[in-house]
Amino acid sequence: MTQKNRIDGGLIDRNEPISFTFDGRQFEGYSGDTLASALLANGEKLVARSFKYHRPRGIFTAGSEEPNALVHLRRGAYLEPNTRATVAELYGGLEATSQNFRGSLKHDLMAVTDVFSPLLSAGFYYKTFMWPKAFWEKIYEPIIRSSAGLGRLSGEEDPDIYDKGYLHCDVLIIGAGPSGLSAALAAGRSGARVILCDEDFRFGGRLNAETFEVSGMSGTDWAMETIAELAAMDNVRLMPRTTIYGAYDHGTYGALERISDHLPTSGNKPRQVLWRIYSKRAVLCAGSTERPIAFGNNDRPGIMLAGAVRTYVNRWGAAPGKRVAIFTNNDDGWRTAHDLAAKGVEITAIIDSRECAPLSAPAGAAIIMGGQVVDTKGRHGITSITLANGQQIETDCLAVSGGWNPNVHLTCHQRGRPVWRENIAAFVPGGDIPTGMMVAGAASGELTLASALKQGHKTANSVVKDLGFKPSRKAVSKAEDEPVEVSAFWHVKASKSRAWLDLQNDVTVKDIKLAYQEGYRSVEHLKRYTTLGMATDQGKTSNIPALAIMAECTGKTIPETGTTIFRPPYTPIPISALAGRSRGKNFRPMRLTPSDKWAKEQGAVFIETGMWMRAQWFPREGESHWRESVNREVKQTRNSVGICDVTTLGKIDIQGRDAAEFLNRVYANPFLKLPIGKVRYGLMLREDGIVMDDGTTARLGENHYLMTTTTANAVSVFRHLEFCAQCLWPDLDVKMISATEQFAQFAVAGPNSRKLLQKIVDTKFDISNKAFPFMACGEITVCGGLPARLFRISFSGELAYEIAVPARYGDAMIRALMEAGEEYEVVAYGTEALGVMRIEKGHAAGNELNGQTTARDLGMERMVSKKKDCIGNVLSERPGLNREDGLSLVGFQPVDRKLELKAGAHFVAKGNPANTENDEGWMSSVAFSPIHGHSIGLGFIKRGHERLGEIVQAADPLRSRNIEVEIVSPHFIDPEGERLRV
Amino acid sequence: MRYSALKLLTQALTGNKGWKPVWRDPEPKPAYDVIIVGGGGHGLATAYYLAKQFGITNVAVLEKGYIGGGNVGRNTTIIRSNYMLPGNQPFYELSLKLWEGLEQDFNFNAMVSQRGILNLSHSDAQHDGYARRGNSMHFSGADAVLLDQDSLREKCPYLDFDNARFPIKGGLWQPRGGTVRHDAVAWGYARGADSRGVDIIQNCEVTGFKIEDGRCTGVETSRGSIKANKIAVCVAGSSSQVMGMAGMRLPIESHALQAFVTEGLKPILPGVITFGAGHFYVSQSDKGGLVFGGDIEGYNSYAQRGNLPAVEDVCEGGMALMPMIGRARILRSWGGLMDMSMDGSPFIDKTHIDGLYFNGGWCYGGFKATPASGWCYAHLLANDAPHELATKFQLNRFKTGSMIDEKGMGAQPNLH
Amino acid sequence: MIINHPLLGPRDASEFTYLGDANLMNRPDWLSENASEQFYEYLYLRENPAGEHCELWYHEQGDRSWLVITRNTLTNEISKVELARELERSA
Repeated sequence: MTQKNRIDGGLIDRNEPISFTFDGRQFEGYSGDTLASALLANGEKLVARSFKYHRPRGIFTAGSEEPNALVHLRRGAYLEPNTRATVAELYGGLEATSQNFRGSLKHDLMAVTDVFSPLLSAGFYYKTFMWPKAFWEKIYEPIIRSSAGLGRLSGEEDPDIYDKGYLHCDVLIIGAGPSGLSAALAAGRSGARVILCDEDFRFGGRLNAETFEVSGMSGTDWAMETIAELAAMDNVRLMPRTTIYGAYDHGTYGALERISDHLPTSGNKPRQVLWRIYSKRAVLCAGSTERPIAFGNNDRPGIMLAGAVRTYVNRWGAAPGKRVAIFTNNDDGWRTAHDLAAKGVEITAIIDSRECAPLSAPAGAAIIMGGQVVDTKGRHGITSITLANGQQIETDCLAVSGGWNPNVHLTCHQRGRPVWRENIAAFVPGGDIPTGMMVAGAASGELTLASALKQGHKTANSVVKDLGFKPSRKAVSKAEDEPVEVSAFWHVKASKSRAWLDLQNDVTVKDIKLAYQEGYRSVEHLKRYTTLGMATDQGKTSNIPALAIMAECTGKTIPETGTTIFRPPYTPIPISALAGRSRGKNFRPMRLTPSDKWAKEQGAVFIETGMWMRAQWFPREGESHWRESVNREVKQTRNSVGICDVTTLGKIDIQGRDAAEFLNRVYANPFLKLPIGKVRYGLMLREDGIVMDDGTTARLGENHYLMTTTTANAVSVFRHLEFCAQCLWPDLDVKMISATEQFAQFAVAGPNSRKLLQKIVDTKFDISNKAFPFMACGEITVCGGLPARLFRISFSGELAYEIAVPARYGDAMIRALMEAGEEYEVVAYGTEALGVMRIEKGHAAGNELNGQTTARDLGMERMVSKKKDCIGNVLSERPGLNREDGLSLVGFQPVDRKLELKAGAHFVAKGNPANTENDEGWMSSVAFSPIHGHSIGLGFIKRGHERLGEIVQAADPLRSRNIEVEIVSPHFIDPEGERLRV
Repeated sequence: MRYSALKLLTQALTGNKGWKPVWRDPEPKPAYDVIIVGGGGHGLATAYYLAKQFGITNVAVLEKGYIGGGNVGRNTTIIRSNYMLPGNQPFYELSLKLWEGLEQDFNFNAMVSQRGILNLSHSDAQHDGYARRGNSMHFSGADAVLLDQDSLREKCPYLDFDNARFPIKGGLWQPRGGTVRHDAVAWGYARGADSRGVDIIQNCEVTGFKIEDGRCTGVETSRGSIKANKIAVCVAGSSSQVMGMAGMRLPIESHALQAFVTEGLKPILPGVITFGAGHFYVSQSDKGGLVFGGDIEGYNSYAQRGNLPAVEDVCEGGMALMPMIGRARILRSWGGLMDMSMDGSPFIDKTHIDGLYFNGGWCYGGFKATPASGWCYAHLLANDAPHELATKFQLNRFKTGSMIDEKGMGAQPNLH
Repeated sequence: MIINHPLLGPRDASEFTYLGDANLMNRPDWLSENASEQFYEYLYLRENPAGEHCELWYHEQGDRSWLVITRNTLTNEISKVELARELERSA
């Protein structure tokens, strides 16, 4: 197909034609085109449908502010909804499809909503759909939801990869238009580390879109020369296709670099990189965005911003129309006429709302000063305009300019408010912009090219000087100051038809007036009630005109009426890019135990325990259910010996003259008199008196202790100890370090555990019951000289030890232990068997130490020493934590032993209905006890310790169960602890 | 003016000229029976129920800025009653019941949409915790369904079941949970209160309390002093600042929470889904945007904005849970101020100063509580005694050791 | 945010864990007459200013120093960073 609207010139490479499809039709464009410029070159006007009324929509802008031309890009899992055609670079085989219609883009069945538009005024849905009540969810809402949204997600996992990176610089320059390039030159020449970013794939900004001259050459040539000079500087990093999307604290900026969005496939590259840029200073050179004027039917395809029309003609050699009319309230609009005429495009009329002398205009154009466009015609594209005096002018493109708004967005990201500047009738950055940020060029309200160059240069020089660099003495590049007079004009009051403001969300001038009429007058109410500015363009072209109309209604000035806050991101950012590589298995780091390799060889089943992967059980051939494996592991451990990797428990090495005193203060039970070579159980409270953690602490030497914590609390306990040492008691001589990763630790449990260990502990160490009794510890050697630590502690309730070796010997150790245990038919046991055995023994674990229970609840109130100062001591005495009907941890077994207990059931006294009033507690942990041959449980129930033997209901309406259970001692095995001491 | 489909039709035929302001714009009177400080969701709901349930209409709601500009206008719109502790559960269930009849009650469509809320579990302990919680819900008459992995695969095939770092084990589903169009809640309550005579006064900042002999008799405002028999503070996010003017210190810290919305997308998510192995909860609005949030920023803040780590953390959670949303783009982020209390639960209570009442400490769960909070606060103001379902929300509960700590995090507000 | 660590220089705030009000360093005496009241106020009634706030941060991903940071809660501007263990005690 021919590019019927392609004209001469432009920054495209005509030697590199590119074919692409839109809605399945084949087109051709050139390298350097965007999808929008290529579609215009091919004469495609209708490209989308609006959100609410499904009105035909064409390309409206030439940049990231585009409200209309949103398409699906790519296909399958690569499908990208809501992609702005105006910033999508053309690549070979690009596939775009239109979105948000039923039927076809041209014949959209949903356009029927437009007919009912009087009914569907702003906020109509708040006033209806309420009767009958059930209809909202069954009928109304499904209908509304089915028509919601614009594009669609593929429903498949995003197949691309995304990276993250961190950059540091002295000066970040945001925007590579004239002011940005000028600033980068000045800053770069001073030797400062400079990053220059622009969202566009080609640096130059408006220089590429206009026909200005700089330093005697074309603006584009000057830009290219400047870029070449910057590229040669080692201290300057140029980042095209990079959007600074947010200004965060302390000079941190979020940036998204599009690495392969302009390529047919990403290959092995990441699609995008999310940069966090740490800058000492930032210069915002983000330019300005043109705004439209609202008038009747101003939303038809072919009605565009005047600056965009120039851009398509000058930069892309694509004429948006053959006979173009211009409607403006400012000098800038007139330039459109000259630029188009120079390219041979016919200008039919220039309508200027101002009553003043006309500027020079191309021959043949009708000049109407003080004129207004009141209406337009053309179903799928504009065919004519109607003026206030009734005159009709045929045209296929109307270029509209209502003046320019500085792009102040990033100055507001820390809740700074812009201020109104009357001479350009626009908001400019206020005084409360982010620390370290300066603004130059059009973004600051200096709308001419010459001042942009000057201001960029000046600002950069002052910034680098401030940072201690010597500004270069080279002069700023020169340009003419073009005329930029503007006279505020927002909407054509004489228009009888609907006049659009927010083109995507279909918000009209009437909607603003209705909001006013109904009292939604604060800007935020206006926005939320009408949905103005909530579309994908965030109101970049519509907010200010709407604000002006609200100001008209209220009789206040625009700044009195208010501004809305601009929030990050500047343009939309994919969720994938923000997540980077942290997805799937890489969502969070994975910690492996020292016996991981060995356990995998055994075919262990693994379970996530915090960041750790632990063996859950070790299935053997012939075992068809996990419980078979677990039962075997428990039985064999209790009958002979079992081994479990317990490395994941936190280990904190504590040393210093005051280590004992320190421990005595952080544990609720006394620790001053622990002898060397002994271990003690420790109960740790939070300052609020609730149990924080428990574990054991071993005294390895005069001033040397080793604390263990639960796996879950290893990090928070260490943090807490450091807090106590550094913030509460800095005078104590105590130092600590986490040794969790330094030692591989194995529990060796069961009646044969000593015999097994005696085979590997070097013989000079006597570990007989007498020499190494329960709760003994010591530094030993194993396997002929390997240093190790041995602790005689037990979680299983059996005669048991924990042996620790340097982590790098962990793998060798598990193999040695298993080999030594062969004659006792040793088993490895996983976390499930560990859990079963601790429940049988009645030890509290995570489900009981859940941050809600006190020592008293756990039956350990006597451990909380009242004779010393310790964390949590004082507040544990509050009455609410010591109620007579308080909870206590007890054991439970089903009255009918065949029944299975379930954690999460609530206890209710026999005969009482199961409701909140009668709720007496809950089952926290359950297990099938292979020793007892039935289900057992631990749980909290009011006054539990006084109620042993009572039968209560374990009510579980969630699972439609309610069974009778007997309250028993939590110690299901060896209540006297005899096995521990043999 | 009553809203209805017929009204819409007649207005449409007459050019929509007859719509009246949803609320008046009155000048403050010199004195009221009750002054409510704060025109957010809870304050407006309180005014509405004071007027409607208790016939107390000589009431002013004083709002510093515009009504509904606080957390009711900047949350992720979720409603649910899936709480565990007896001090909380029945209260939130009352709230959910009030949501269910709200729109007919105040004649404003707030789009209460009970498409369900799903909380996912990723470990046995978490699953046990959900079982305990689900039973608490059943005990108070709420609905809850415990789902296993197989039924979840069927229900939400787009979740990452096979490549997840923390595989989904199950979930707790509350079918009656869902979302509400948040702004409409403020407007609906305001309209309902206004039509019953309540003065809603915007741009009226309270700058001080008049306290004489241990009794609060009125407020100083940017628009002059106003007397009242009862002054009810309801300014979550700024509670410490406002109550500080009465010389009170609160067990509350202010924290910032960000929330996010994507570009509009065709419907893809049915209800609310909450990740259990990271900070991420999401729903899809009736306009098509994915509305989601994560954890608070973690440090005291009055900045109403956040920083990058929290943004990235929430998106990592989203991608870990449902990698199909990767190519959706975040359109807008915003920040709100949370009253983070020392146990994660709120306050609805009298203060030690006669005539001065306090409602706050909602952490980031205040939106769903709006109707019950207003209902119970109105009850407290009208009867000088707490509503039976809000007896535990006392200011002195830390002194007595009667915390309501759902998460078990203790006196660490940024962890609740 | 960036925290200028007294020993390590500027560090991203995400390396740190936040605790809160620096008054948590001033733990009451357990033997004082109204210890219960004092501990209640110490633990639960913390400073929560809209403005300058002295607060505790822990360099968890770094050298494990507890820092006392003076930060403006409205602007996040950090005006002072000190090592907790080297701070002059108020009591």
